[in-house]
Amino acid sequence: MAASSDRNPPPFPATEDPEPGLPDMADGDSDEGEDIFVSNSAPVSVSRGVSQPERVSEEPADLFSEEATSASSAKSNGVQSDDDNDLFAEAQADLSTDKSGSSSQKQLSGPRPASSFSQSPAALQPTSLEQLEEEEAKDSFDVDVAVTNPEKVGDGMNAYMAYKVSTRTSLSMFKCKTFSVRRRFSDFLGLYEKLSVKQSLHGCILPPPPEKSVVGMTKVKVGMDDPSSVEFVERRRAALERYLQRVVAHPLLLQDPDVREFLEREDLPRAVNTQALSGAGFLKMINKASDAVNKMTIKMNESDTWFEDKFQEVENEEQHLRKLHAVVDSLVNHRKELCGNTAIFAKSMAMLGNSEDNTALSRALSQLAEVEDKMEQLHQEQAASDFYIFAELLSDYIRLLGAVRGCFDQRMRAWQRWQEAQSTLQKKREVEAKLLWANKPDKLQQAKEEITEWEARVTQFERDFDRIGMTVRKEVLRFEKEKAKDFKSQIIKYLEAMLQSQQRLIKFWEAFLPEAKAIA
Amino acid sequence: MFVLKEEVKDASSVLSVHCHNIKITEVLQDGDELTFIIVSQKLSGTGEYHVDRTYDDFEWLQQHLFSQEDVPGIQGVIFPPLPARPQVNASAKVMKQLGFLGLGEWQPYCRALETFLRQVTAHSILSKNKAMEVFLTSTDPPGRQKIKKNIFNRLSQAVEGMRKEGHKDVDEFFQTKRDHNLVLTGYTKTAAEKFLDVVLTEQKIAVACGHFSASLHLCVEQGDDPEKQAFTRVCVKLSEVFNSMKKSMMSVALNDMGTLGLGLDLESRYQDAEKEMLFRRTCKLVELENARKNAERAKPVKKTAMEEVKNAAETEFEQICEVAKKEIVQLERARVEMLQQALIQWCEKQLLTAKESADVLSQHLQAFKGMAY
Repeated sequence: MAASSDRNPPPFPATEDPEPGLPDMADGDSDEGEDIFVSNSAPVSVSRGVSQPERVSEEPADLFSEEATSASSAKSNGVQSDDDNDLFAEAQADLSTDKSGSSSQKQLSGPRPASSFSQSPAALQPTSLEQLEEEEAKDSFDVDVAVTNPEKVGDGMNAYMAYKVSTRTSLSMFKCKTFSVRRRFSDFLGLYEKLSVKQSLHGCILPPPPEKSVVGMTKVKVGMDDPSSVEFVERRRAALERYLQRVVAHPLLLQDPDVREFLEREDLPRAVNTQALSGAGFLKMINKASDAVNKMTIKMNESDTWFEDKFQEVENEEQHLRKLHAVVDSLVNHRKELCGNTAIFAKSMAMLGNSEDNTALSRALSQLAEVEDKMEQLHQEQAASDFYIFAELLSDYIRLLGAVRGCFDQRMRAWQRWQEAQSTLQKKREVEAKLLWANKPDKLQQAKEEITEWEARVTQFERDFDRIGMTVRKEVLRFEKEKAKDFKSQIIKYLEAMLQSQQRLIKFWEAFLPEAKAIA
Repeated sequence: MFVLKEEVKDASSVLSVHCHNIKITEVLQDGDELTFIIVSQKLSGTGEYHVDRTYDDFEWLQQHLFSQEDVPGIQGVIFPPLPARPQVNASAKVMKQLGFLGLGEWQPYCRALETFLRQVTAHSILSKNKAMEVFLTSTDPPGRQKIKKNIFNRLSQAVEGMRKEGHKDVDEFFQTKRDHNLVLTGYTKTAAEKFLDVVLTEQKIAVACGHFSASLHLCVEQGDDPEKQAFTRVCVKLSEVFNSMKKSMMSVALNDMGTLGLGLDLESRYQDAEKEMLFRRTCKLVELENARKNAERAKPVKKTAMEEVKNAAETEFEQICEVAKKEIVQLERARVEMLQQALIQWCEKQLLTAKESADVLSQHLQAFKGMAY
C-alpha cells in the first residue's frame, strides 16, 4: 500500500492565510476549518488591542495600499512588532474563523487520495462556492491556492509532471474570482528566481522552493508506477502547495506582478534560469552567498547588536531543527517497518487459522489476522502523519531559516555597497581637491558632477541599507510569530489524527474481544 | 499466566504442595548466572516453601522425568517443554532461539518457567516422581551433576529422525495426528517469529519517540521575547506528547509480550513436545515391526527368545499408544483453552492501553488548543 493513500498536505501556517481551501473539494467539510483556526484568533487580537470588526468592513484594496505605504514609510524605528503588516495578518486570521470554508487540510486520518481535490463533480462546485461567497462577503481578503492533479506530460526523458494550480480569491487585482492554470516544477523555480533578484524585495524572507531531485524525477519519467514514485510525486505536490501558500501569505509578495502572472497567466514562458537551483539545492546556494559575504574585506561595525544576536539564534535553531529532523526520519522508518512486519504477521496468523482443527479457535485466529491487517493500515497512516506533518514541517523550516540567513546577508551586502560608495565619494573629493589646487577648470567641472552623482548614490545606498534593515527586522518578527503558530497548528493536526487512530484501534479491539471469548 | 485444567490427583501422590499457584517471585542475576526464587504453598495449609534454583536444577528435574523407564507407557507422555537455557548477554543466535523469553528483563522467562512447573506438578504421571518434591521443597539445590544418558537424548533422535520420521503408521488416528502436527508446528513457529518482529519494532518506535522528546528540549530558548516564549512552550508541550507516546508504545509492546507472545511461544514448544512424543512412538513402531519380522524368520534355536522380544515390544507399544492417545486429547483441550486465555488477555490489555492512550492524547490536544500565544 503506498503512502499515497494518505495524501493530505499539512495545513498552511495557520493565521497568515485563511485555509487554502478549494471549491473543488469533494468533501466540503466545513467543520475542520473551524477547528484549526479557533484557537488562533481571539487571543492574538486581544493581546494586540486590535479591534478586528472594524477591519472587516474595509476595502481589500485600501488595506493593501495602506499596508504597502506603511512599509516603505516606516523608517527610523525598525522594531514594530505591532506594525501594520502584523495587523493585516491578524485581521486575516480573525476573519478566517468566521469563514468555515472547505478545508483542503483534511486530517491524515482516513485513506484519502489527494486527487479528491479534483474529484469535483461539477454539481458540487456551485454549492460550495455559494457557501463560500456568502462568507466571503464578510471576509474581504483571502487568496487560497492549491496544487493538485499531477499529470505526466510527454514520454521518456523529456517527460515532465504538470500540476494544476488553482486560485480562489476575492481580491480585485486578479481578473477572476476562481481560476486555474497548469504549471510544471521549473515554473515554480522560475518564480523564485524572479522574486529573488528584485531589489524591492531585498530583506524579505522569500519562501524557498522545493528541492530538485534528479533521482526522483528520473524514475517518474521512466514511467514507473511503483509506490515510491507515487510517493515522490505526492511529496512534491504537497511541497509545491506549501510553497505557494507561503508566497501568497506574504503581503509584499502577493502584490508582485510576477506572482500574479504565475497564478493567472495561461501560458507561462518557460523558465530558463533555474540552473542556479539545480544540483546544488537551495541551502547550498544560500551558504555559497554567505561565504562570499564573509570574504568581503570591510567588516561591519554593528551599532545595534540585535542583528548579530538574531543571526546567531537563527544559525543555532537551524542546527537544532536538523537534529530533530533526523530523529523524525528514524521514527518514520520504524513505523514503515512496523507496517511491513504487521502485514507479514497477519499472513502467518491467517495460515495458522486455516490449518487449525478447532473451529472456534480457527475462526478467532482468522479474525486476529484481519485485525492485524487493519492495524497495518493504521500504522501506514501514522507513518504518513509523522512524515507529512513533522518531517516536512521541519525540513520546510530548515530551508526557511536558510532564507532568513539569506536576508541578513542581503543587508550586509547593502551595507557594503553603501561603504564602497562612501569610499568612492571620498576618492572623488580628493580628486576634486587636487584639481582645485592644480587649477584645471574643465576637469574640475566633471569632478564636481561626479561628486554630486556619488553623493546621491551614497544617500540612496544609505536609505537602502536602512530600509533593508527595517524590512529584515519586521520580517524576522513576523517569521517568528508565524513559526510558533505554524508549529502549533501542525501539532494540533497531528494530535487529532493520532486521536482518531487510537479511537479506531479501540473499535478494532472491542470488535475482536467477543471473538476471542467465543472460543471453546 | 495460563492455568491448565488440573489433573485429578491420585490419592497416593507424593507432592506436598499445591500445583496451580507455584510462583517464581524473583530472578536474581549474579554475573552470568541467573537464580530463580520459587514459592509454593503447602497442601497442609500451614505455610510456604521458598527455594532458589538455577537452570541446571531445572535440567536435573527434567532428566529425572525423562528417565522413568519403569513407568509403563512413559514414552507416550507429551512432556511439558522446558524453555531453552537463558543466557545473559546472549548472542544474536541465542536471542533468536529464546524469542519472546529473551525479552522484558527475564519476566516472560519466569512466567514460562512457572508454567512448566505448574504443568509438571499437575500431570498425573509426572507429578508422582520424587524429583518433583525434592525440587520444590528441598532447601539445598538438588544435585547438579548430569544423570546418565536416557532414552530421550535428543542428539540420537536427530540422527535417526531422518529415516524413521516418515514411517507409515498402522493407525489412522496417529497418522493424521502426525501429519497435522507437522503442518501446525511450522506455522506456529513462523507466527511466533513474525510476532516477535512486530514487538521488536514497537520497541524501536518507543525509543525513537523518546529521542524526539529529549531532542525537543534543544529548542528551548531563554528570553523574554513573547514569540520565543510561545515557540518554547510549543516545544516543551510537544516533548511531553512524545514522552506519552513512548510510554504508550512500551505498554503495547509489553502487552504483546506478556500475553499473545508467551502464548505463541508455549504453543510452539508444545507442538515440538508432541512431535517428539509421536516420534518416539513411531520409533517403537519400527522396533515392533522389526521384532515381528525377526520372530517370524528366526531359526528354531532363537525362536523363543525372539518371540519374547516381540511380545515385550508389543506390550510396550500398546501402553505407549494408550498413554499417547490420552495425552493428545488432553493437550488438544488444554491448548485451545490456553490460546483462548492468551487472546482474551491480549485483547483486554491492548484495549485498556488504547483507551488510556486516547485519554492522554485528548488531554494533550486540549492543552494545545488552549494555548494562548
